Amino acid sequence: MFKTMLALASAVVGVSTLAAPLLADGEQFLPALVYRTGPYAPNGIPFADGVADYWTLVNERDGGINGVKIVHEECETQYATDKGVECYERLKGKGPTGAGYVSPLSTGITFALTEKVPGDKIPLLTTGYGRSDSRDGSVFAWNFIAMGSYWTAADIAIQHIAKELGGFDKLKDKKVTLVYHDSPYGKEPIPALELLAKHYGFIYKGVPVTHPGLEQKSQWLSIRQDRPDYVLLWGWGVMNSTSIIEAAAVGYPRDKMIGVWWSGAEPDVTPAGENAAGYKALMLQHPAGKFAVHADLEKYVVSKGKSVAHDNFAQVLYNRGLINSMIGVEAIRTAQGKYGNKPLTGEQIRWGFEHLNLTAERIKELGFEGMIKPLKFTCQDHQGADQARLHQWDGKAWKIISDYYTAEENLLAPMVKETAAKYAKDKGITPRDCSNQS
Amino acid sequence: MLYREAGQFKASYSADMAIFPIRQDRMALYGLLAFAFVGVPLLATLHVWPFDDDYLLRAILIPFLILALGAIGLNVLVGYCGQISLGAGAFMAIGAYGAYKFATGVHIPIPWPIPWPIRWPIRWRLDGPLGGPLDWLDVAITLPPLPVLSSILLGGLAAALVGVLFGIPSLRIKGLYLAVATLAAQFFFDWVFIRVKWFTNYTPSGSVAAPELNFFGLVVNSSVERYLLCLTFVMVFAFMVKNLVRGNIGRQWMAIRDMDIAAELMGIRPLYAKLTAFAVSSFVVGVAGALWAFVYLGAWEPLAFNIDRSFQLLFMVIIGGLGSILGSFLGAAFILILPILLDQVPYALGLPLSVETVSLTVYIVTGALICCLLIVEPRGFARLWSTAKEKLRLWPFPY
Amino acid sequence: MVAFGQFMEVLIGGLLAGVLYSLVALGFVLIFKASGVFNFAQGAMVLLAGLALVRALDFLVSHAMPMWSAVTLGLLFAAAVMAITAWLIERFALGPLVNQDALTLFMATIGVTFVLEGASQMLFGSDVYPLRLYPTDAWFLFEGTFPGGILVNQLDVLGGLIAGVLVAGLAAFFQWTKTGRALRAVADDHAAAQSVGIPIAWIWFVVWLVAGLVALVAATVWGTKLGVQFSITFLALKALPVLIIGGFTSVPGAIIGGLLIGAGEKLAEAYLGPYIGGGIEYWFAYVLALVVLLGRPQGLFGERIIERI
Repeated sequence: MFKTMLALASAVVGVSTLAAPLLADGEQFLPALVYRTGPYAPNGIPFADGVADYWTLVNERDGGINGVKIVHEECETQYATDKGVECYERLKGKGPTGAGYVSPLSTGITFALTEKVPGDKIPLLTTGYGRSDSRDGSVFAWNFIAMGSYWTAADIAIQHIAKELGGFDKLKDKKVTLVYHDSPYGKEPIPALELLAKHYGFIYKGVPVTHPGLEQKSQWLSIRQDRPDYVLLWGWGVMNSTSIIEAAAVGYPRDKMIGVWWSGAEPDVTPAGENAAGYKALMLQHPAGKFAVHADLEKYVVSKGKSVAHDNFAQVLYNRGLINSMIGVEAIRTAQGKYGNKPLTGEQIRWGFEHLNLTAERIKELGFEGMIKPLKFTCQDHQGADQARLHQWDGKAWKIISDYYTAEENLLAPMVKETAAKYAKDKGITPRDCSNQS
Repeated sequence: MLYREAGQFKASYSADMAIFPIRQDRMALYGLLAFAFVGVPLLATLHVWPFDDDYLLRAILIPFLILALGAIGLNVLVGYCGQISLGAGAFMAIGAYGAYKFATGVHIPIPWPIPWPIRWPIRWRLDGPLGGPLDWLDVAITLPPLPVLSSILLGGLAAALVGVLFGIPSLRIKGLYLAVATLAAQFFFDWVFIRVKWFTNYTPSGSVAAPELNFFGLVVNSSVERYLLCLTFVMVFAFMVKNLVRGNIGRQWMAIRDMDIAAELMGIRPLYAKLTAFAVSSFVVGVAGALWAFVYLGAWEPLAFNIDRSFQLLFMVIIGGLGSILGSFLGAAFILILPILLDQVPYALGLPLSVETVSLTVYIVTGALICCLLIVEPRGFARLWSTAKEKLRLWPFPY
Repeated sequence: MVAFGQFMEVLIGGLLAGVLYSLVALGFVLIFKASGVFNFAQGAMVLLAGLALVRALDFLVSHAMPMWSAVTLGLLFAAAVMAITAWLIERFALGPLVNQDALTLFMATIGVTFVLEGASQMLFGSDVYPLRLYPTDAWFLFEGTFPGGILVNQLDVLGGLIAGVLVAGLAAFFQWTKTGRALRAVADDHAAAQSVGIPIAWIWFVVWLVAGLVALVAATVWGTKLGVQFSITFLALKALPVLIIGGFTSVPGAIIGGLLIGAGEKLAEAYLGPYIGGGIEYWFAYVLALVVLLGRPQGLFGERIIERI
């Protein structure tokens, strides 16, 4: 009974060994877990394009990271956890040193890989998604939730609401409703919002939307009856645009809706047409549009026909892909400072992540000035930054409407500590001592 | 030539009723088992091709074995008892979450002072304002964390109980109507495991991570150990199910499948036959779900057991062959491995295709192959296999 | 009074949402009635029709064609795509599977689903494409009686009207045209129909074509609602409970089933949901259908299942 299976299995391996010679010795291998098809493809494509284009740019403009060329291979996950795990297993051992780091762009796959990366010694870079408590580097040594977690997002959204209302004291007895994707992704901000509700005295209510979120009539009718002062939107894919359309249908003002940074890109608003005008969303620091790095991209990548992007060039999620790759590349560069200019292992790159310090000058050099604020990982802090701002869709483009807010760490840090400690206890992890590490 | 049974005499009833009456089959099976249990781990430890990294074990063989187990379970229901079920994913989920609960300690508060009609709605209102552990209620059933093996089996048992419950409608609803009705179980449990925080031990996001796989002091961690664990489970259950379907109960199932009214007239109780099929099937599927969560994924959310998983298992059963244990393995191999293989072909050949094109082509080719197979042999791989065996018996001199 | 107004609003919204499910369920019914195939590919057909339409529209409008002629041409193009699809499915997938049991046919349509999902995204792209054919605003009725009025979505009403016209048209087609009568004959007994000279392959092609056109109509409504994108295929799963409540073989049953499911799930979400945590409408529809089936195993309007030995 195993004959067929073994025949197929050996064919699989035959295939993958055939592929091996394509990778030369002096190259850094980076895997890309992408979803360019399936229900979340409209959001997955621009991000994957940004990720790939930045790596191409590094190769074309600089000849690699300090001369070490990047080779990458994409693997289609269709946002499914088991496919993501298969892709990870397929790609983790490729190249001379194995996968440098992984970025799955899916909360579900992130959760599954969180269990696997410590064993394989590969860092997991999740820019603005994944476990909020993975900020605690003493427990989650291999996770890097760069730039923001859902808890900081929730806090910043509330700060913006307070500013619009004219002060934190005005939040008292205001109704804030969270419309969320009914999955770990959508549920992640709930503890933070409950905490904030208690702290500021606003009334929090959660309204779940079942995956994939095609039908939200009853949710929005209940919002129409409930008349909350603000609606926070925590959706992904088709759910975002449907929410905006339904909000328009029940006459809920779009400028009272604030989406998380995964609900604030072009594919989320365009299906709603003019109904989306006024809708606000958090930014993972960066806006849509062209910056210095885009000029380089146009010069070295697009004009040479090496870009994979089409009309999504410089869109929100494309830019986020660029930033994701940039953080990874800079981490490798940092690690090269210690281990030498050669392909590095995941373990060495983890050191690079942990000592990554993107100063304002460095960000300017890289052409990302105006897109992001400085970012610094430490042994304890694997998030590196807690700022975000907001932008608003005017019917044609995203317009930045706020300054940077900084998340209220006094409130959130104990929660991170507590859940991370619980995770450590459940999994039998002894937290690292970060006090003596530089 | 080699595959002849001439000269193999059966001198006892038990020899006549052996699972593999032909000696060559037995030998092949022993060889395969020896290879699977000894050869593969040996090659993997020595890093001999094709086991030079653990991709083959971790990403192909382990999920293959677990899904084959699931397919065996579903085959009991669909293939042997003729009850179409699209709820297999839900029963995998029940097995997974059940095992998780038993492995991390069960704590069910029972608010005695409150009468039943009021108690019930409160018990379920875990996400609302009454959220959080219901410790303020005085009485509770508490189980300490159980060892992993018993947790997995108890998870299967939980699935079996729920399976019996959702099997009851099958006494009245038949065929495709039943198939759609079983989707009720699928969507209901998708929701339950998202909404009822008790099942996820109140983790903020509702995603849970498997406990350490400790079998009587032996910690299963490396991919070889995980592979052997799955293999043992699959072999035990495959032989158990094979023997069940050869016995009295299996014959009752098949009678119900072939024509339930006639079976009833012959004195077979549909209630007993159908519900046992649901129970056995859900038990095996539940164990497969627990393994999928504990051994393969490590951390999971309900989406890991959504309707796509149900369809995948049903495909394995049908493509493999209804009412065949061997078919479950073949079907699992085909449905799981084919897309993965196809996905890597263009890259291996060095074709400059985008991952999008490849993935869509895989979709198209898989779909087309499924249609082709159904047209060529609606009874699946198992049927092709037995045809091949018949031919082999006469080879090289067919009449 | 406020509570009653809210109740009416949810009820009306639910009924109309249900009719939109019926648009998808109708395609299932047509094919099951005529060939006994439980066509899971209906959702993928809606996606294909929607993508063909919206991509043709985008192309034509970007080439400075006036909106009305672009819409007409786009619809024609999409209809042609559906016709080709119907022929391919009948010729290569389901034609060779005549007389197989229902489960095999069902699985074959899932195979077809994979092919259609892959092919439609490959041909037309896997992004999200906005489609704006109908108004999406809302009316507020009885604002004098109820504070805030009763909200009724124009798109939903329009969808309901379209569904009504579609059902009437299909009824007329089945009743008064030669092909329609032949179709009913095939539905009753395809061997007998063949023996009196009805070209069975042609009839099945027609059925798949009609189902494809129904999918196109559904795509115009749902595409306006959601934007045309892959997620539209999940509509098949929302249509299944509608289908089993109405019965696999009844066209009016699909509409009644839609009304029941829509109203039931929205009322449950609005009034039961808050007590048990919300997000229940997805499974509630199926449980509702299950309860109905326990009473009537063939659905409300399905043909009675007669079993003989």
